[in-house]
Parts: sequence; structure tokens; C-alpha cells
Amino acid sequence: MTMNRETLINSILAVALVAVPLIALGMDEPFIITLATKVAIFAMAGVGLNLVLGYGGLVSFGHAAFFGIGGYAAGILASHALNYEPIMESPFLIEGTTQMIIIWIVALVVSAFVALVIGAITLRTSGVYFIMITLAFAQMIYYFAISWPAYGGEDGLSIYVRNGFPGLNTLDPISYFGLCAAMLGLAMLFSAVLIRSRFGLALQGARQNAQRMTAVGIAPFRIRLVAFVVSAMITALAGALYADLNRFVSPTMLSWHMSGEIMVFVILGGVGRLFGPLAGAALYIILEHLLGGVWEFWQLPLGVLLLIVVLFARGGLVGVLAGERKHA
Amino acid sequence: MPDAILSLSNVTKQFGSLLASDNVTLDLRSGEIHALIGPNGAGKSTLIKQVAGEITSDSGDIHFDGQHINALDAVARSRMGLARTFQVSSLMPEFSVLQNVMLARQSVSGKIFRFFKPVLGDKSLVEPAMAQLERVGLADRAQMRAADVSHGERRQLEMAVALALEPKAFLLDEPMAGMGPEGSKRLTGFLDELRAQAPILLVEHDMDAVFALADRISVLVYGRVIATGTVEEIRGNDDVKRAYLGEDA
Repeated sequence: MTMNRETLINSILAVALVAVPLIALGMDEPFIITLATKVAIFAMAGVGLNLVLGYGGLVSFGHAAFFGIGGYAAGILASHALNYEPIMESPFLIEGTTQMIIIWIVALVVSAFVALVIGAITLRTSGVYFIMITLAFAQMIYYFAISWPAYGGEDGLSIYVRNGFPGLNTLDPISYFGLCAAMLGLAMLFSAVLIRSRFGLALQGARQNAQRMTAVGIAPFRIRLVAFVVSAMITALAGALYADLNRFVSPTMLSWHMSGEIMVFVILGGVGRLFGPLAGAALYIILEHLLGGVWEFWQLPLGVLLLIVVLFARGGLVGVLAGERKHA
Repeated sequence: MPDAILSLSNVTKQFGSLLASDNVTLDLRSGEIHALIGPNGAGKSTLIKQVAGEITSDSGDIHFDGQHINALDAVARSRMGLARTFQVSSLMPEFSVLQNVMLARQSVSGKIFRFFKPVLGDKSLVEPAMAQLERVGLADRAQMRAADVSHGERRQLEMAVALALEPKAFLLDEPMAGMGPEGSKRLTGFLDELRAQAPILLVEHDMDAVFALADRISVLVYGRVIATGTVEEIRGNDDVKRAYLGEDA
């Protein structure tokens, strides 16, 4: 029964995400389309985090690092392409690009490598130490970006023309929304398949009882490291899309506020729920848009809401609406 | 001891001033149930943890299946075929009963990093896992959450997970704990047959079960083995009577 209700809630969320911008298109409200695009991108960042936070039980407070890496991949490659200055000439030539597909591949590779290093160190700790060390690594990257003048330092880096995607006018808001929504859909599909696989079973097992994992001969560390890397890659891809949405990337994308926001999407929507990040990101953007316009302290009710969710509704929005989750 | 699958020699572990294991030497031979008894705090569970690799010994040697395993961690020892159950059930509470056993099968198969095939449709995991649940009489609970089944059923599930590992030796830490007379009796019958599959190092407080099952018994007091022998030998041993069974036993 509960599964059916969750499926229903999920369907409503998915339909709403697509319907709202289409209606906005009809009413000629491009700003709403941009908001919906933002929801899709934030939800995707949350889908990445949810993999470790929700299914793996690993509270990473450093996912802005990967979100920002994705953003800077878009910004740096585009700026070189527009300046006609290669990124490096020796030992081999690397030039900039305005092709999203290449940017995404770079974002995926770089974030995977950084996550491998960060994960290999942080996953040896647990609990509060894990939270603090992931935060510390993200802050290191944040300060590095701030003090690196080549790419704008504190001021950030503008992307003068949104990067391109074959067969699509990315500057058209609804087209770009479609691209972002499709990427979100792929990320969620991938995540859904992953958590039902052997690997997913092991990841969720490691969250519940590491002692038992060890006793059946599976080392939780390797499982968690792979999950951490995959999670970072999804969040980085969202970061690349976000930089292109704003046509701007700055250290803000790497800051701990951003890590916190991604965490809020997941917790608000429902930790360990496939559609949780989407519900959370949508709620966050709606609150920001509705309340933020009339009251500068709009984050106060958000904080109260978050508190209520953490204290009384651990399943978040999806959990409240759909009831308790059945076993994995 | 040519046919010993598991042997401990002079295994010692000290926690501060407490000597939890004091020069323990014992072995487990194929086909036998070797019971480890002793009063509370004698160091039985600590010894099981040292054998399982959860605690490293200060000194002494542990051999398993012809290999010196001191340097191996708990994961490696489990993979070598040393399956343990826990005194307090240690399961995946949110998983179904079936998923708990499937995880063990997954470990045995060695194929964990599979990312796409749905695990619940994987017959190579589901069928052997169901077979173990049938063996312990839990097949009708397969789809229930482990957290929702009774205490006795969780004990059975612990057993099923250990069986699913197809081990070369079992380390059972008080499998009867909290089972009730009926459950204990059934488990006693089960373990009696299980020794033919793989030998069992059995820590147990239920003396009826120990005396009914054990081929040999070692008595642990303050971390030391004060006697090892058959049921009759242990029953007739004066040291054991004094230290453990009580003066008037």
C-alpha cells in the first residue's frame, strides 16, 4: 500500500516538474521556467548526495566541492574557448570548449578523481569526524578558488554565451529546462537501478550494521568509497548545469552554505527516498521565491520547517505524504 | 593435531590490568562440537572476537585451515570460511529476512560490485538464500523486515546467515540466548546435525545443550583454560566443580 502511495507522490512530483514550466511557457513567464530549471539542477545535486547520505548513511558536509568543480569545469573550459587561449600547450595541447558534452566528461572525471582522494581519507573516519573532514576538504577547495586569480578569484567567472548541446538552442529557457530535466531523470534512473543492485544492497547494509557486513566478509570501506565517487560525479554534473544556467561560476558554489543547501534538499524531501531531493529542492525554491520576495528573513521559517522534519518526520516531505518506507 | 581446522596456541589479550585471555590453547577438529564454557566475564566472547579477527591478540598464534591468520582482519577471515554468530543478534534491521541472507550469499559469490542487475530478481542469490531460510524454518518470514520478527526468529536468522556463508567452521556465541526451552531443544537438534557439515566452536550458557552436544568442552575461568576434555571428564573434574559448577555440584 505504502509503495503505491509513494509511487503516486513520485508521479505527481515528476508531472509537476514538467507541467509547471510548460504552463509558464504558455503564459510567457520565462522566470518561472528558470526557477523550474533551478529545481531540476538542485534536485540532481541532491540525488548525488542522497546516494551517500540517504542510502549509505554518510553525512557528507562537503558536496559543494563537487558541485563547484562541475561549475568550474564549465566556466574554465568556456572561458578558454572564448579567449582562444589553450589551457595548456605542453606536453600536449588542451583547448577550451563550449560543448556541454565535453564539459560534462571533464566534470565527471575531475570530480571522480577528487572524490577518490577525499573519500579515501575521510571514509576512514565516521560520525562527526566524517562531517567535519568532508567540510574541511570542501573549504580547502573553496579557499583555493578564491585565491586563484587566473579564473576570477573571489569575483568568479562569467560564461558569456551558454555552452552548446548538439541540436538544441540552449539559450532558449524551455529547451535548457528540458535538457536539465532529462539529466535529472537519468540521474534518478541510474540511482534507482544502483540501489536495487548487489552494490546497492551492500551500500545499504553498510549503513545499517557495519559489524554484520564485516562478519559476512564484505569490507564497508570499498563499498562506501565507490558510492562516494559516484555520488560526487552526479553532483558535479549538476554543478556544470548550474554554472551554465547562471552563465556564471564563483566560489559561492564551493562554499559550505552550498553544501548545507544540498543537504537541506535531501533532508527536507526525504533521506533515502528516490524522489526526496526533487521534493526538497522544489519546496526550497518555492519557499525562497514566495517568502523571499516579501520577507528578507524567509530562511527563518525554513529553519523551523527543517527542525520539524528532523525531529518529527525523518522521512521528509515524501515520507510524510507516502508513509513509512518498506524494506529497501 | 593433524585434523584440527582451527587451532589457538598461547593466545593472550590484556585490557589494562584485566587479562581477558591468558595463554589460551585449544583446537577445533573436523566433525566436532567444541564447547567453551565458563562463568560470566571469563573471556569467552573476547576469545571468539579474537578468533573472528575483531580484536587483535597481544600474543599467541591462530591457525585456520592450514594458514597462520594472525595478520588477517575479520573480513578476510570470514572469506576464508570462518562464520560467526553474535551473542546479541546483529542483523540488518531494515532489510527483509531474505535480504539479510542474500547479503551473505553475495559475499560468497564474490561479486559485489555489480551495479545494474536488480538483486531481488537474481536467482543465483535468492534461491540459495531461501534454501537456508527453509533449513532454519524461517521461509515463511522471508519477506518480513528483520526488525519486525520475534527475538527467537532473529536468532534463527543469525544461524541462516552463518549457514549461507558455507563456512569451514562455525563460531557460535550463545546461539541459545533467550530462545526458550522449545527453541533451545530444536536448535540443539539442529546443531547436532550441523557438526557433520562443519565443526562448531560453541560458547553457550545452557548446560543441558552443552552436555548434550559437545564432543569436547573447554572451561574458561579468568581468561584461562582450566580444563579441556569430554563431557564425562569435565563433569568429574574437581577444579571445574570448584571454579564453575559450584562447590556442591
